[in-house]
Parts: sequence; C-alpha cells; structure tokens
Amino acid sequence: MNENESVGSVLDGVAGKIDIEKQIVLPWSRALQMTRENIFVRLGRSAITASGIFLGIAFLTAVLFGAAAARLQAAVDLETLGLEHEGGELQARIIWLAGMSLLVATVGIVNSMLMSVTERYKEIGTMKCLGALDTFIVRLFLLEAGLLGVLGSAVGAIAGSLAMMLVYAGRISWSGTIKAWGTTAIEIGGAAIPLWLGIVISILLGGILSILAALYPAWRAAKMPPAAALRSEF
Amino acid sequence: MSVSVYEYIVRTKDLSKIYTLGGIEVRALDNVALDIRRGEYVSIMGPSGSGKSTLFNMIGGLDKPTKGTVFIDEVDMAQLTASELAFLRCRKIGYIFQTFNLIPVMTALENVTLPMVFAGLTTDDALDKGMELLKTVGLGERYDHKPTELSGGQQQRVAIARAFANDPAIILADEPTGNLDLRTGKEIITLLKRMNEEKKVTIISATHDLKMIDVSDRVVWIRDGKIERIEERKDIDIKVGVMEGEEE
Repeated sequence: MNENESVGSVLDGVAGKIDIEKQIVLPWSRALQMTRENIFVRLGRSAITASGIFLGIAFLTAVLFGAAAARLQAAVDLETLGLEHEGGELQARIIWLAGMSLLVATVGIVNSMLMSVTERYKEIGTMKCLGALDTFIVRLFLLEAGLLGVLGSAVGAIAGSLAMMLVYAGRISWSGTIKAWGTTAIEIGGAAIPLWLGIVISILLGGILSILAALYPAWRAAKMPPAAALRSEF
Repeated sequence: MSVSVYEYIVRTKDLSKIYTLGGIEVRALDNVALDIRRGEYVSIMGPSGSGKSTLFNMIGGLDKPTKGTVFIDEVDMAQLTASELAFLRCRKIGYIFQTFNLIPVMTALENVTLPMVFAGLTTDDALDKGMELLKTVGLGERYDHKPTELSGGQQQRVAIARAFANDPAIILADEPTGNLDLRTGKEIITLLKRMNEEKKVTIISATHDLKMIDVSDRVVWIRDGKIERIEERKDIDIKVGVMEGEEE
C-alpha cells in the first residue's frame, strides 16, 4: 500500500469482513516452520514444557504394561501351577490407575501450556502489531502443543515400556516381555485392548490433551489488546 | 492532489483514556486533539507518565480509548472489526518499539519477512524484498543472524526494516532510541529521517530523546495527558551540543 492509497478506499474496495480476512494469510507450511523453530530452537524450555506429558504417559504406559504382564503371569500360573488369579479386582484397579495417570498428566500439561503462553505475551503482542489475526496466534500455539504433546508422549511411552520390560524380564523372561505386547492390557466396555494398541492410543491421547490444554490460554492471549500484551515483562 | 487522498493521515478528537486505579481516576489522556499531515515527521515529547505512550497506543490501535475518536484517513478506528484492524497493522502501519520486539527464534531476514508472509507475498518475493530492506538499513550481511547475535542498534535496524516490510503509510515509533547509546541513537534517528524523506512515509514518534527534535517537522509537547503546545521545527531554537569524542 503506497501513501496515496487511503485506508477508507482500501477497506471500501473489499466487500465484507470475509474478504478482509482472506487478505491476511498464514500458510500452513510457514506455520509449521515457525512451530518447529519455536520447539527446537528453545529445546530446553520445550523439554520442560513437555515433561508433564512425558511423565504422565510414561506412568500410563507402565500401568498398562503391568496389567498385560500380570495377565500373562496369571495365564502361565494357570497352565503350570493350576492357580487361578482373581481377575475382576485387578481389572478395576488397572482402570483406576490408568485414569489417575491421565489426570496427573492433564494437570501437568495445562500448567505447562499456561506457562508457555504467558511467557510469550510480548511475542504475541508483537505479532498482532505485524497484522496477525487472532486465529493465527491460536493456530501456532495449538500446533506447538500438538507436536510437543505427541513427541513428549512418544518418548514417555518408550521410556515407560523400556523400564517395565527391564523390571519384568526377571519375572516373565525376555520372551515374556515381548509376548506382553500382544496380551490384553485393559478391557474397556467389553473390548479387549492389547498392550501395543493401548500405548498407541495413549500417545494420541497425550497429543489431544495437550492441544485441549493449550486452547483456552492461547485463545485468551490472542484476544488481549496488543498494548497489554506488549507491557508484559519476560 | 487527488480527491481521495486526505491531507490529514491521523486525526484525534476529544481523545481520552481514563484508568481507575484503586478507586482513583487517572486521566492518562485528557481530550487530546491532534492532526498529523501526510508525510510529516512528528515527535510527541514529554516526560515519563505524560501520556505520550498512551497517545501512541491510541493512534496505533493498540488499545481502545475511553472517550473520543482516532481517525486514520478519516476512518474511525473504533468502527473497525478485529480483522480490519489486523489488516491496517499489516499494510498501513509499521511499529518500532523501545525494546525492538524481534521474534527471538527467527533470523533477521525471517523477522523482516514475517509481515510479508501475512500480506500473502510468495516466499521468493518476500526474501528478495527482505534482503533489499536489510541492505537499506545497512545489515545485508547479517540476514541470517538471530537477535541474540545482534547488538541493540542492529536489532533496532532490523526492527525498522521490518516496519517497512509492507510499504506502510505510517510509521509509529515508541521510544526508538530509548535502549540505545548516544551514537547509536543518532544513527537510528538519521536512518528514520532518511526513510521519511525517501519513502515519503509519515513518522510519528513518542520519545523523550531531545535529539529527535532536529529531524522533526513538528514537535507536540505533552504533559499530564494534555497537549501543552505544538511547535514547528523552524520555530524551535535549540543548539544540541556536541559531546567530546563524537564525530560530527
């Protein structure tokens, strides 16, 4: 826009709010590039933000692994020793533990995301001064939360699984730990979910929870008037 | 002069900003009326707490006034939707801040081209234009440096290049030399004046740096939220001294 084009003429020429919004763009490729930069250039900070989800999913993975290993152990005992294990109570306890670990993970993520957004109020204010729409800000934070969530969950799942495999190798042997992956870990609504599937679902859940946790802080930050956002001192 | 081009690019009318702090009313701005012509270099000067930053925020649409109106090209800013405001900030107004406000994870070139991305430029166009702007401010070789690898003066130059990314009609500068030493501050002021003359851009700066007076067309003195007086540069008779060790 040169100095001879007035604001009025530019706005009049564009019919309706929808067209104005189309004039400002944030291509997904650029949004992804910015998200990658935000995560990997500040790797230490990102690791801390992801630590909540990492620990939560690691714990959940351990719970699921333990459940599968116990089921395996019960089958072995039945076969070799004729011992029958009590199934129902164990199942209830597993569901309770899994639920608790998800809750703990959620609290951790919400806190981390809140901090992550608040730390960057000044950046958000600056971007709005450059013309970013509110939706861009939200989009960038949700992308970051999703990516961090999935990465943190994946690493947590690997860590949790490895730890449990080491623990159980003594009891059910290494081949047993491999077999545990195909064993039912948890029964939800009658459907028996094998361990490997349970862990994949946990990783996805970690990603989704992270996105949900970032939603409100990101939206609130995007709506702040730029003057207030720029006043933040971080 | 074509009919559609307005003489006053910024006009304020009865502009007031009132805060209530602990039950007491604080008038950061009190019925300010200010008209700024196209292509002018205006400095808003006053001590801390005088309201110059508040006035800056109002003109730039960074905050809403309690009372009164701000017109940009005769368009009432309060009537604009969030998207229209964003469009304004993207294409019409460039901002320069005391604390530079560059995005720390991005290189100088990425910072300068960010507004161009929002404006829909292709990557190639944006990169070419970005490099041009960086060269104009004298930082052509530092394009891939991050803000942490640049000095204060260099960061402010990048910020100035960024402000010009989408050829704005107005540049708003809030204490642009506030965090810079004497020599660097002078360089920045010279650069701003050069851009004002070359690109015919209106520059409005809120500052308490007296060095800015020399390059301004008009100076608006503000105190306690009210305009004290407005002076044309030619009517101001000051001699800014030269410090020992400065090259003139």
